[in-house]
Amino acid sequence: MLYDITASIDYAYNQPSGLGRTLLRLLPVTVPGAQKLIAGALTTAPAAAERIDRLDFFGNPVTEVAFREATRSASFRIQARVERIAQAPSLDLSPPLKRLAEELYDYDDLGPAAPHHFLGPSERVRPSAAMTAYARDHLAKGETTLAVVQALGGALYQDMRFDASATTVDTDPSEAFAARHGVCQDFSHIMIACLRGIGIPAGYVSGYLRTSPPKGEARLAGADAMHAWVRAWCGVEGGWVEFDPTNDLMVGSDHIVVAVGRDYDDVAPVKGVLRTAGRSASGHSVDVIPLG
Amino acid sequence: MTGRVATPPSDPVAALLRGYERYAGVADELVDAKGEMRPVWRPFVQHLGRLSRDTVAARFARGDQYLRDAGVFYRLYAESGSDERSWPLSHVPVIVHETEWDEISAGLIQRAELLEKVAADLYGPNKLVAGGHLPAQLVAQNPEWLRPMVGVVPKGGHFLHFLAFEIGRSPDGSWFVLGDRTQAPSGAGFALENRVATSRVFTDFFAGANVHRLAAFFRGFRDAMNGLRKDESTRVGILSPGPMNDTYFEHTYIARYLGFMLLEGEDLVVQDGAVMVRTVAGLKPVDVLWRRLDARFADPLELDPSSRIGTPGMVGALRAGQVAMVNALGSGLLETRAFLAFLPRICEVLMGERLKLPNIATWWCGQSAERAYVLANAERMLIGPALSNRLPFEADGATVQGRAFRPGAHAAVSDWIAAEGPALVGQEAVTLSTTPAYVDGRLRPLPMSLRAFVVRTPDGWQVMPGGYARIGRTKDASAIAMQRGGSVADVWIVSDKPVEADTMVAAPETFRRSELGVLPSRAADNLYWLGRYVERVETAVRLLRAWHLRLAESGTADRPLLKSLGKYLAAHGFDPVQPIAEALAERVDDARSCAGKVRDRFSTDGWMALSDLAAAASAMPGPDHAGDDTARALGQFLRQIAGFSGLVHENMYRFTGWRFLTLGRALERANSMCWTLATFADAKAPEGALDLAVEVGDSLMSHRRRYTVATNRATVIDLLALDDRNPRAIFFQLSEIRNQIAKLPGSDAAGPMPQLPRRVLELHTGLAVLSPDELTTDGLLKLRGATAGLSGLIADTYFG
Repeated sequence: MLYDITASIDYAYNQPSGLGRTLLRLLPVTVPGAQKLIAGALTTAPAAAERIDRLDFFGNPVTEVAFREATRSASFRIQARVERIAQAPSLDLSPPLKRLAEELYDYDDLGPAAPHHFLGPSERVRPSAAMTAYARDHLAKGETTLAVVQALGGALYQDMRFDASATTVDTDPSEAFAARHGVCQDFSHIMIACLRGIGIPAGYVSGYLRTSPPKGEARLAGADAMHAWVRAWCGVEGGWVEFDPTNDLMVGSDHIVVAVGRDYDDVAPVKGVLRTAGRSASGHSVDVIPLG
Repeated sequence: MTGRVATPPSDPVAALLRGYERYAGVADELVDAKGEMRPVWRPFVQHLGRLSRDTVAARFARGDQYLRDAGVFYRLYAESGSDERSWPLSHVPVIVHETEWDEISAGLIQRAELLEKVAADLYGPNKLVAGGHLPAQLVAQNPEWLRPMVGVVPKGGHFLHFLAFEIGRSPDGSWFVLGDRTQAPSGAGFALENRVATSRVFTDFFAGANVHRLAAFFRGFRDAMNGLRKDESTRVGILSPGPMNDTYFEHTYIARYLGFMLLEGEDLVVQDGAVMVRTVAGLKPVDVLWRRLDARFADPLELDPSSRIGTPGMVGALRAGQVAMVNALGSGLLETRAFLAFLPRICEVLMGERLKLPNIATWWCGQSAERAYVLANAERMLIGPALSNRLPFEADGATVQGRAFRPGAHAAVSDWIAAEGPALVGQEAVTLSTTPAYVDGRLRPLPMSLRAFVVRTPDGWQVMPGGYARIGRTKDASAIAMQRGGSVADVWIVSDKPVEADTMVAAPETFRRSELGVLPSRAADNLYWLGRYVERVETAVRLLRAWHLRLAESGTADRPLLKSLGKYLAAHGFDPVQPIAEALAERVDDARSCAGKVRDRFSTDGWMALSDLAAAASAMPGPDHAGDDTARALGQFLRQIAGFSGLVHENMYRFTGWRFLTLGRALERANSMCWTLATFADAKAPEGALDLAVEVGDSLMSHRRRYTVATNRATVIDLLALDDRNPRAIFFQLSEIRNQIAKLPGSDAAGPMPQLPRRVLELHTGLAVLSPDELTTDGLLKLRGATAGLSGLIADTYFG
């Protein structure tokens, strides 16, 4: 599937503000065999005084920009053409949880895809007794890791209420879990905490969703902004699988990956140190158009 | 083995050593395994034994006085806040023979090299993990393994430059490593201060005692750091977390001692990959930073986003290879407790040799055999977080001594280890050696650990011949008993032959005049406000004294002039009827707080004078002593302020920093004189107000000599506003401001005159052409507003 993607994030300040230095993770990543960035450009307004494009530890494209002059508005915009390669359904090769722990122990690697990065506490996802207990409640004996991931994601989808006004970008996952509400970021953080709690390495994926569904299908939640979902490690054979708890489905060719990390903090689309004394407002737009 | 030291009754040291015990199963520094005094201690103990108790007390006091005068203190953190305590020096040094020290040094150098290789691997090819020599999760889940630094090759090629090792002596007499300090090791500056203090206590003895000097070590480090610069146009910076850090004193001290620039994160800005210092002369590059703050705080953009003491873009600058960081960001990883379980094997893998100096026996409970061993031997173990970087004896609330579990509660240990195994390590509950401390006229053995320092120089690793000893408070010699509340001691490495006396000063033939350093904007800001605050205190004290003198004369505060003055004082935040000590002490603290942030630029005498002022302010008499008594105390206080000003203005080199201090004083003085004259030289002011103005302006004598008449408005305005020779006059101070600004960076630029000097010139000229009757109360108030505006311009121009 081929997509043309445009996305922009805009800020307006009621007095001139020093933007300083900002990290942008907005352009889709190339994932061999799954996704290819055919062409892409990231632009800023005003133009940056400094700009460095590189890959971060997890292999995500990141653009570092710096501004010298104070400004009343800022806009970050991408245009990209991406090919998403549909994955054929495969057999469930994942081990039961007990064997997953052994495979993990024997996995002597620290590369970006290694599961070890995704098991311990991270900046935004701390271990939580409540979420671990919830995950344990949804375990059945002898189940494969993949089955656990799907069952847990499905349970969260059932128990959680999607509410775009209930949480913010800074909401703690425990808080969102206690109230059983939130948006894709909260759903994903909660599912990650649940999975890590029972020993399954889990990470955060940010990306875009196709805006209009194929004929006869419902529009997916989260298509009007940047979306987030979860990846979980299902053993050496099972590898990484991606699950979207906000829509209760295994990720397929409707999802375009921008960045992967341990939680939101690793993949935040705009991360910077803003020096402003005034108030600010932000807006964003995303369009993901399939090219037939 | 327990044993008392055998000393013949006639021995002069017998009294000193009476009752000195070597505890069972514990090594002692003074006494060897056979119960005999180690020869290296003998001359010192004999010297000490010959001194009377009074002499000893006097000499110890001399050392303590030195430390107080030098401003050495430590910060005690409690729930109620932090508190400055006097430095707990145990005056008896720890003495080690150089032969033994050479062996320790060889072990430490091997360890430094090993840690460098481990760092290079963990931030590079990761062969240790791939080879199964280090479990992946101990790295991947480690908060000190900084992913943004992975793959970043340090400028100059090395991760580690300055290391400390905590070492102790086992019961069998051999030395071992308790922990590695690789992040931002503290203590070297304190070791130096302990040395100075201890050598003053034992002045006559020290000179001939063949004690290796520390200066060569510091010179080696300074030269190595300077050698990392790309050229001589820049200075090495010390990156400090700021005055609230418990080792800030050390940062200021060592910055002065080594001639490095003391910087904080907000002093720095990254531009095009280079790290720049915000100075009063604009951005200036810095390419070597000795980091004293924990890595995660160094860059809020790529590391801890909540850090307010970092520099956005610092990681990017390191990635660009533009700045050498000592030690590399991320080297704190090597302090991880659990690594101690693997380092002995890693040494063999990476270096092809065994550790020369063993480290504390450690077992990671993520491995089944090790977990079983820790369980079986729990009563001999300290069990705690695997990823902790605390030393074994530092209480962290999470580490538990296995035997603290009651026998019946053993299940709790096994449950704990079973549930959280990979997050835990067991460490042998080590026993440290004891060393003598002087208590009530005798030597007493107390447990000790020693911090040793190692630096990288172009000629290889150098070990400081000495160190920083920490001594436990109680005689319980098990390591865990070494708690806060202990003391510290100097460490003497003694040779059989005379040693070279050595100082930091370069040999005479290499004389070179150092470049005047750049002044960071933050330091300029603090110096400027220090000048203003001290002047503000002086003004307030003069006003208060005038009030009390008049009260003493009239016997009642119910007079128009006293009322008017009382109102004026109230506008300054003082109520003369209430106790003034607290309000005055607060003002002095404002000044001290500024001075505290620029202590590296400030003489010790100046700092002490400010401390004296603070003490004097707090001791001001209360309302019961209103009138003469208080006036007298205030007069004395004024003389103390003059003492401070004298120290600063007579002795301080005319660096740019001094100009800001002077500027602050001049501006404050001009500003407050405008207000004083607008109040007391006004037509509506009560009788006696003109004399009061002259008195507050400290110009009684001048007035008498200059004018043949009694005070009238014209003479007072002439003397206190328009005079170009009276240092209390507004015009005089505007001239001073003009002169100082002309010498500041940026004022001599070609092209149109910048805003600040132009404004100063306008005010200066405007006042120069006025006659006393043209300078009205209204004009004075406008001038006061204009000087306040100048302060804003100074801030915009230099502190932004």
